[in-house]
Amino acid sequence: MPQLIRNHALADDRFTLVRDAETLADLPDGVPVIVPLSLWLERRGALIARGDIGVWLAPADHPGALADDLERLQVIAIDFPQFTDGRGYSHARLLRDRYHYAGELRAIGDIARDQLYYLLQCGFDAFLIPDGRDARGALDAFADFSDGYQSTTARTPWFRRRQAVATPGDVWFPCS
Amino acid sequence: MYRYDPFDQRLVDERVAQFRDQTRRFLIGELSEDEFRPLRLQNGLYIQRHAPMFRISIPYGMLSSKQLRMLARIARVYDRGYGHFSTRQNLQLNWPRLEDVPDMLADLASVEMHAIQTSGNDVRNITSDHFAGVAQDEIVDPRPYCELIRQWAALHPEFSYLPRKFKIAITGATNDRTAVWLHDVGLVLVRNDAGEIGFRVLAGGGMGRTPIIGHVIREFLPRAEILNYLDAILRTYNRFGRRDNKWKARIKILVKERTPQQFARDVDDEWSHLQGGVATVPDAEFARLDTYFTVPPYQAFAGDDSGHKAAVADNRAFGNWVKRNVHAHKVPGYAIVTLSLKRPGVPPGDVTSDQMDAIADLADRYSFGEVSASHEQNLILRDVRQADLFDVWTQLKPLGLATPNIGLLTDIVCCPGGDFCSLANAKSIPIAEAITRRFDDLDYLHDIGEIDLNMSGCMNACGQHHIGHIGVLGVDKSGSEWYQVSIGGAQGNDASLGKVIGPSFAAIDMPDVIARLIETYIEQRHADERFIDTVRRIGIEPFKERVYATTD
Repeated sequence: MPQLIRNHALADDRFTLVRDAETLADLPDGVPVIVPLSLWLERRGALIARGDIGVWLAPADHPGALADDLERLQVIAIDFPQFTDGRGYSHARLLRDRYHYAGELRAIGDIARDQLYYLLQCGFDAFLIPDGRDARGALDAFADFSDGYQSTTARTPWFRRRQAVATPGDVWFPCS
Repeated sequence: MYRYDPFDQRLVDERVAQFRDQTRRFLIGELSEDEFRPLRLQNGLYIQRHAPMFRISIPYGMLSSKQLRMLARIARVYDRGYGHFSTRQNLQLNWPRLEDVPDMLADLASVEMHAIQTSGNDVRNITSDHFAGVAQDEIVDPRPYCELIRQWAALHPEFSYLPRKFKIAITGATNDRTAVWLHDVGLVLVRNDAGEIGFRVLAGGGMGRTPIIGHVIREFLPRAEILNYLDAILRTYNRFGRRDNKWKARIKILVKERTPQQFARDVDDEWSHLQGGVATVPDAEFARLDTYFTVPPYQAFAGDDSGHKAAVADNRAFGNWVKRNVHAHKVPGYAIVTLSLKRPGVPPGDVTSDQMDAIADLADRYSFGEVSASHEQNLILRDVRQADLFDVWTQLKPLGLATPNIGLLTDIVCCPGGDFCSLANAKSIPIAEAITRRFDDLDYLHDIGEIDLNMSGCMNACGQHHIGHIGVLGVDKSGSEWYQVSIGGAQGNDASLGKVIGPSFAAIDMPDVIARLIETYIEQRHADERFIDTVRRIGIEPFKERVYATTD
């Protein structure tokens, strides 16, 4: 079973990820599901009527397609078919920073511990670790870096926070 | 130069610990080769023809003597006692052991250095003007801006899995020395009519398989907006750059397919959401960075040193060296000295650990303890008193670092090629060596004058052959090595791409081919006309005719 990490801890996953679903009949009964964007756009009303619902985005999908639905979704998942395809990092930032999505943002697909820190910084708070990978060990990755320079979803740029403790440069001329 | 504060140091230390653990997990089989590859590439580690190749970042080419001594030590302890300065101002080691790389990174971190993002599909080392801060034609010192952007690029969470590598060059001088038009993004520091500092932003340039001169996508970007605007460019590229074909994945293809005008609008649209936001750089941050790049304690001189002038007049060999390897400095009585890493018997850009130590000593004694690396694969003592030039030259000669050939035919820019690199189609170093030996007559070399000869072992163009006045590209034809020759390329303000003169040549013919090109130039040139000027005036046909008439 894939293992879910949510809010820096192992967690139970009450959602079922449905990779291929062209109609509502393809969905399992009685469990909350995460459906492809295409199905959501076609059958939004019926899916809301089912109860808690999530949508997953493929790398080529536009996160803006969900801009009007954010409050209806309990989960937005972003798929990484290969971890080297980094489009999902930008999608996450758009969802969080531009569209102000506040629900669960889940990384799915080829997710491993070595990507978790950057994913976290881009606004993901849940990670579905595939079978065969050490999800518990992956928790350590959140502490890989204590901070960073850039503006991210999780922090302001260091130069804004450094202002308070600004020190002049240590000018260095060894032979002067 | 920039010095790490505890924050900078901690990030680099954490990076070392992270990579140490990744290497450990790879060696015990927890990480597969496919999982480990992007991680090691983001730490500068390739698996090459004979051994790993390890690329150390030299941010915008600036080194302290202390750092240079550490590079010497690392090359001595973990490698074979030499390194190779690359065309992106980095240092490459060709024989490290994978198991040693975490320790090498720790040694680098101890002198405020790293190998972060020297490879991989991420933002690479920022390159800049090797005369930054000392050039006479400088409008704005680019180094504080380079450091700002180095920090922005380092460990960027959103842009570490881009469609392809991403190279940024920054210049602040009237004359471009960074090949700024041939980068994914080129930034030219300018002042507007109100005297405010900003950037002219170029995008979509590059070499490689599809060489393209960049396009101006914004004439004046206020400096405070630079990180917002770079985020907008990178986000646009990260989302829409092609990922289906490695050879079409650079930003230049996106810019071309969208058209530069539309790409600029795409970026503006993204930027409109970021403009004025948290990543807007406050003046206080520019002021803070400026404090690291203050003017060193120069002595006051009224003008040129009279003893130096006399020595130039008295000693022809010294005079030749001064003519080629010494450049004018912005401060009276000082000079910029280029140490040539190009001489017979040594691959272009190679330097031994002993030489690095000696250069560090010279930098301490004569040049405020700082050295820069150029993208032409030479090293520079930035601040030498004219009165010391004769002493410096005298000490450089026995080190083999005083070849008076900067800007001349034998100042060849060359990638490691098929001798080392697993990507290469053909060897480049032996061709460079054969040409260097063929043109060993110094008087003839000086008579030929300024000419850029660039050589790449494959179409990735690490030797920047597209912008060589003469460019040589190694190609593979049914399993044997051939060389395609182009002429008319140039870096600088009037950058141009070379044109291929015709079918490629066997290795053994290459010195003759170069000789025919040079003879054609000598016959056709007007007074004081450089090779590139002659090519531009008469076109490639006369060169082509001469070369193919004599090799048939």
